[in-house]
Amino acid sequence: MMSNMTNPTMISDSHAHTQEPALKMEGVSIYYGSTPAIREVYLDIPPHQITAFIGPSGCGKSTVLRCFNRTNDLIPGAQVKGNVFFHGVNLYSKKIDPVEVRRRIGMVFQKPNPFPKSIYENIAFGARINGYQGNMDQLVENSLRKAAIWDEVKDKLKESGLSLSGGQQQRLCIARAIAIQPEVILMDEPCSALDPISTLRIEELMQELKAQYTIVIVTHNMQQASRVSDKTAFFNAEATEQGGKLGYLVEYNDTVNIFTNPKQEYTRDYVSGRFG
Amino acid sequence: MKSHPSPLARSQDAQMWQPKRNLSKWSEQLVKYIFAAFALISVATTLGIVFTLIFETFEFFREVPIFRFLTETQWTPLFTNAKFGIWVLVSATFMTSVIALFVALPVGLLAAICLSEYASPRVRQWLKPTLEILAGVPTVVYGYFALLFITPILQTFIPGLKTFNGLSAGLVMGIAILPFVASLSEDAIYAVPQSLRQGSYALGTTKRETITGVVLPAALSGIVASFVLAVARAVGETMIVTIAAGSNPTLTFDPRVPVQTMTAFIVQVSLGDTPATSLAFKTIFAVGMMLFLMTFVLNIFSFWFVRRFQEKYE
Repeated sequence: MMSNMTNPTMISDSHAHTQEPALKMEGVSIYYGSTPAIREVYLDIPPHQITAFIGPSGCGKSTVLRCFNRTNDLIPGAQVKGNVFFHGVNLYSKKIDPVEVRRRIGMVFQKPNPFPKSIYENIAFGARINGYQGNMDQLVENSLRKAAIWDEVKDKLKESGLSLSGGQQQRLCIARAIAIQPEVILMDEPCSALDPISTLRIEELMQELKAQYTIVIVTHNMQQASRVSDKTAFFNAEATEQGGKLGYLVEYNDTVNIFTNPKQEYTRDYVSGRFG
Repeated sequence: MKSHPSPLARSQDAQMWQPKRNLSKWSEQLVKYIFAAFALISVATTLGIVFTLIFETFEFFREVPIFRFLTETQWTPLFTNAKFGIWVLVSATFMTSVIALFVALPVGLLAAICLSEYASPRVRQWLKPTLEILAGVPTVVYGYFALLFITPILQTFIPGLKTFNGLSAGLVMGIAILPFVASLSEDAIYAVPQSLRQGSYALGTTKRETITGVVLPAALSGIVASFVLAVARAVGETMIVTIAAGSNPTLTFDPRVPVQTMTAFIVQVSLGDTPATSLAFKTIFAVGMMLFLMTFVLNIFSFWFVRRFQEKYE
């Protein structure tokens, strides 16, 4: 690992106190314009575990996920109320630079989105921009190895990232996220555009990665949530008077409990496949 | 009218469904040929132009050796002691085009980035059509704008600037082709998928880093295509240089003195009373051929470049 990183940051280091939650939401509500989309979410994300967000389409689980690295800021009109803490620091405080937040909390998207650059440059881009001073070749190799794609691409690092298959592209995007050495990786339905075999590879990869990273994954696929996650948050949406949908957190617990012994009736109906 | 019985099995209420397509075989064919004929018109026109150019150019070179055409340093085809040094005209075209590109490429690209990435949807909605209006101004207006407005202003601080000069013509030509660069580059930049920008932001990059590191490289083929189009337009632009740069063929790169571009020469001869069979008249085809070759090579390059660097997203 690269220990010689110089990283002037206001956010404290994670490894000192692993018992504390890595991320914490306190009364987070999200609005698009004046329309509320998410109602008061309270949630603790434990470090070095995989937390899954499940729920029916349109319940806002991706929107909640995007609060963790402030990518909601990029959506015109989106507004977040409440507090999101990363190791005790409020990410929505005025002193915090969202660029810095995203550098510490990486993200993998629903559709693989490699840059139209070489495989090597896809990995090196983020590191170079963030002023990485170490050996770039080594960083690229390490990142690709960790994302379990090195053996498939080591002989064609100069080829375009777009030349890879969908599953490979998604692992390239994971490698790209790993390369800037974040502490948390957010995954927004990372397997929804992939075939079952590629999906399995990504799921295995997540198990390997959780030793080093805190992972939060949004998924449509309940089996996936039960297979990979340690904790599960179930979101649902209710119709509002204006005809929109208002998402809220129904139940949050260890994955085993959510799937075998849910406390809420909605959760029971959802995980047993009665709606959603 | 009863349609032909179909060999396929019919359901019980077949008589309810009787499409009137007795003539459809004919009409489908006819439509195909009509469209083919229209498509052929453009192909035939292009071929006709090329063949005329080649034929007349060949006639010209039967009287003037190509060696003289490429090596003489004067261009005086209308004089008794005629000289045919094409570089005199090429140099003027080159100089005015380079000046125009120095204006159009940077300003056009920056305007495109501003429109696509920084302008709010409201501003963009107004600014882009406004910019495209510039492209609709007749070039003759630009020509007199250069001659009667820009040149006098430039003369106040550039000593030795003649009434007709390459500088003023080039600058105004740059403004005239700017909308093409801005509009086409903006299309290319705007077409870069939003998901790439998000992917870049998620790596902890600022807006500027995302634009220079991801968006512009991804739009490169479209941007270069717009640049090549701008060059081709600058080389082929006629009215502005004819009006503002003069009609004085001189082998020079001094932007302060009158010069004559290739297009301006063609205008001069076409407007004069040169007999259509004379050698002087044939020179305009030779010059036209030279122009055609230059823009043709540019287009080939652009085609190759776009094919080579265009990224295909799903």
